[in-house]
Amino acid sequence: MTASAVGGTKQTRGTASLRHRLADRGIDSQLLLMVPAIVFILALFVYPFAYGFGLTLQPTEDTVDTWGGGILANYVRFFGDAFTVESVWLTARLAIPAALFNVLVSIPLAIKLKPKFRGKQLISTLLVLPITLGTVLTAQGLLIFAGRQGWLNHTLMNLGILDQPLTLVHNYIGVLLSLIISGFPFAFLLISSYLSGIDPSLDRAARALGAGWAQRFLRITLPLLAPGLATTFILTFVLAFSIFPSATLVGDPSGSTRVLAVVAYRFFGEQFDYPMASTVAIMMGLAELAVVAIVLLGRSFLYKGSTGGKG
Amino acid sequence: MTMQNVESAPHEDAPTTTEVGPLTAPTPPAPNPAADRIPGDRALSAQPSTWVAWAGIAAFLIFLLGILISVVIDSFGTAWFAKWLPEEFTAGWYSEAWSRFELGHVILVTLVVAISVVALSILIGVPASYTLARRQFPFKKAVTALFLLPVIIPPITFGIPLATVMYNFGLGRTVLAVILVNLVPSVPFVIITMTPFIEQINPAIENAARMSGARMRHVFVRILGPILVPGILAAAILVLVRTVGMFELTYLVSGPGTDTLVVSIFRAMTSAGGSEPRPLVSAMAFLYTAMMLITLIIALRFVNPTQLVARVSAGDDD
Amino acid sequence: MTTSAEEFDTIRIENVGRRFGGTTALQGFDLTVQRGEFIALLGPSGCGKSTALNCLAGLLPLTDGSIHVGDQRVDVLPPEKRDFGMVFQSYALFPHLTVEKNVAFGLQMRGVSRSETARRVAEALRLVRLEDQAKKLPGQLSGGQQQRVAIARAVVIEPRVVLMDEPLSNLDAKLRLEMRTEIRRLHQTLGLTTVYVTHDQEEALSLADRLVVLRAGRVQQIGTPQELHDNPANWHVADFMGYRNLLEATVSSDADGQGRVRIRADDLELVGTAVNPTAAGETVRLAVRPTDLVVQTSQSAAASPVNTIAADVEIVEYQGRDYAVEVRTTGGRTLHVRSDHAPEVGTKVLLTVDPSRALVYQEDLDTATTVAHDTAVPA
Repeated sequence: MTASAVGGTKQTRGTASLRHRLADRGIDSQLLLMVPAIVFILALFVYPFAYGFGLTLQPTEDTVDTWGGGILANYVRFFGDAFTVESVWLTARLAIPAALFNVLVSIPLAIKLKPKFRGKQLISTLLVLPITLGTVLTAQGLLIFAGRQGWLNHTLMNLGILDQPLTLVHNYIGVLLSLIISGFPFAFLLISSYLSGIDPSLDRAARALGAGWAQRFLRITLPLLAPGLATTFILTFVLAFSIFPSATLVGDPSGSTRVLAVVAYRFFGEQFDYPMASTVAIMMGLAELAVVAIVLLGRSFLYKGSTGGKG
Repeated sequence: MTMQNVESAPHEDAPTTTEVGPLTAPTPPAPNPAADRIPGDRALSAQPSTWVAWAGIAAFLIFLLGILISVVIDSFGTAWFAKWLPEEFTAGWYSEAWSRFELGHVILVTLVVAISVVALSILIGVPASYTLARRQFPFKKAVTALFLLPVIIPPITFGIPLATVMYNFGLGRTVLAVILVNLVPSVPFVIITMTPFIEQINPAIENAARMSGARMRHVFVRILGPILVPGILAAAILVLVRTVGMFELTYLVSGPGTDTLVVSIFRAMTSAGGSEPRPLVSAMAFLYTAMMLITLIIALRFVNPTQLVARVSAGDDD
Repeated sequence: MTTSAEEFDTIRIENVGRRFGGTTALQGFDLTVQRGEFIALLGPSGCGKSTALNCLAGLLPLTDGSIHVGDQRVDVLPPEKRDFGMVFQSYALFPHLTVEKNVAFGLQMRGVSRSETARRVAEALRLVRLEDQAKKLPGQLSGGQQQRVAIARAVVIEPRVVLMDEPLSNLDAKLRLEMRTEIRRLHQTLGLTTVYVTHDQEEALSLADRLVVLRAGRVQQIGTPQELHDNPANWHVADFMGYRNLLEATVSSDADGQGRVRIRADDLELVGTAVNPTAAGETVRLAVRPTDLVVQTSQSAAASPVNTIAADVEIVEYQGRDYAVEVRTTGGRTLHVRSDHAPEVGTKVLLTVDPSRALVYQEDLDTATTVAHDTAVPA
């Protein structure tokens, strides 16, 4: 890193030393700092991925016999088998509504709770709590609290609101609830932080110019917030898309919540069909990236500059 | 010019905060409540829309606390069916869970994995963030995108091929495999959080150190290191929380003896031939939450909650 | 405390150039700095002055050229081995170290003994009058105090050269004046060699022994403040030196023996002094300082028919000692005038300008640079 004074001492044009000329192209010994990270990403991410992709082209004999398609048999099976194709739909049906709900509900709440008030710190802290719960406790808690005999149904029935207990677990709703409980705080806090990055004097300026509540929101706050909303949507969507434990524990993993993660795991851990497991995994990644790409594309049309705040 | 009249100049007396930036940077300055509220704006109460907001928060909190308290009560109760509370209370489930699932060992594994992942991802990630924050070099965009990928694609997507490779190398069901798979999202996470943190440190500070005669090694140890401590600490805590909570990746490569706590609980809930008694699982789940809560309370001393989640970004399990 | 290190007489900057990708930030920069000299690099933002300073410091690699301190070639050395001190615009204090430790840092890096370090730090802090702030963190100081710490940190190592990159531009006007005096005082008492970058011509004129004016990566003129002030080499330098009135004009007669030319700008017929060779018919720029445009009282006006301009008074600003007046000529051009009395807005005035103070320049800047070449003036 100390770079001894080596290098050319040629005069005339390009009289600068070799070290300078290389450094000019961004190449010097400091780049060695990147080496561990590059080695890591190649060994633990790029290589396994390439290997997994290679596996998808080596279907098991069973798969080839049943589905045909030669080396592409895994893909033929993925698209041919209702069991897997339906999973794409089942996954999207959970992840997209959950992400949308988390983002859309967070916006008004974040705006309402933006000014400082007593107890704000407490609420923020309570909202971080689900991170400590983790999926597994959330699932366990939902089974107990929202189960047929849980406090929720118990209360509603004792109050005479219900005759029959609601079925909130071991189905689609259970997984959705679990996604909201783990995803909402995340979306709320993220949107709050984007919101605090918008200079409050902009709102005041708009008000001074005579803009009403709705106009201020639609024409000032929302456009400035939109890129942040897109990011938040992507992040909550990514979380919701790869659910596995809650789909198994509070869902109906062989029916309405048979998401791609569950299918991929079945091939991997139960049928030991690694090529097909990799195929499902990769298709799952592609499906997710497709949604992310659409949102990113949309975001690229939005205003991206400074929001004037202390963001 | 004398010192006296400089000192008496009003602008001289007000301390500026320009250079403390890096030390306090993770926490954006708390907005002055008075400045944030428009004159004439009423306080939070009174407006109907405010009540809607509060109702939403309340509903959420009811679910949240309901879930948490249900689990706690369940873990201490016996024979709890269709009543408000169990018939009797006992601490027996905890001791039973402890011995049946070798929780001592499981917690040890969890800690070993989490701490190794934190240390390695900081060691690998921070130097890379420094380079990304400060330097231009060929293919920088491609490299950055590559580091972003593991954070935005589902863990199962890279987890399954990665686990297959691990089994091929004979690493299946080892602690090493558990550590390695958990590094995959953690290193990029450190890079993504630390790069902006380093970017907002004025590069002139490093230049000033070099102009004072410090070699790069000294710049790192004496100047950058101390300035980066708050950022590294925040990233470390978040990686710790994520790793303890990481289910999917660990589950793919761990086995008996190398399960972390989340995976043990999952196995107990889904074990073949009918799951374990419910309170047993509740006891384990509560232990897990208590562990996370302690970590988080420590974490909140260093990072504010908004940021905690903003930095978790594509984080957490599920 | 004096500058020590190895003795050297000059710093030779030869043909230094710096390109970023396709764009040239600095080209053919030649300068010889005498020991003890105060040099100011002056120019608008993006002119290459900071690039030049960073190349000198070693923070930017050179694309061309070489830098020698005495007999030693330094452009191949990393910044930490050049033994230069530097003061940054943003102060760049180490936020986690106290004032004292900030100043001591360079000495520690040089392996200076503890007692020696303590003595020199105390002395440096006394020089910048911050003895009482030694234990504070930079964040607890005001901007002016922070900049003093930065200066103490740069000079305590007794560097061969002190480089200053717009050190005063983050300070408010009053403090800027005080610090200016302070910097000049330190330069003299410590016998420093200083290279100072600024975009403020007043600052440069008042501080420097010699000025280097840059534009678009090229040196426009090098000279003493007096030389630049009185005889700018081209209209760009003139503009920078306070010749606010820059009129496009056409030469109507070739220069006479004393360099006097007649020029025409709209309805104005004036006699000026050609700085660059000009020929009849050529487009030129006339540069006149506001102070050189004299507002005539009614009696004197009739007496001097040469170089008389009739104009309407549009704006009058009181500026303390005198008035800044903006007038519009009958041809519609705006002129800036200084006047010791306030003419009434809307009235007509007559202005005169001495032909020797009406400088006529070639329009084209790139060919017109008659760089008054680097003849080092001992301090």
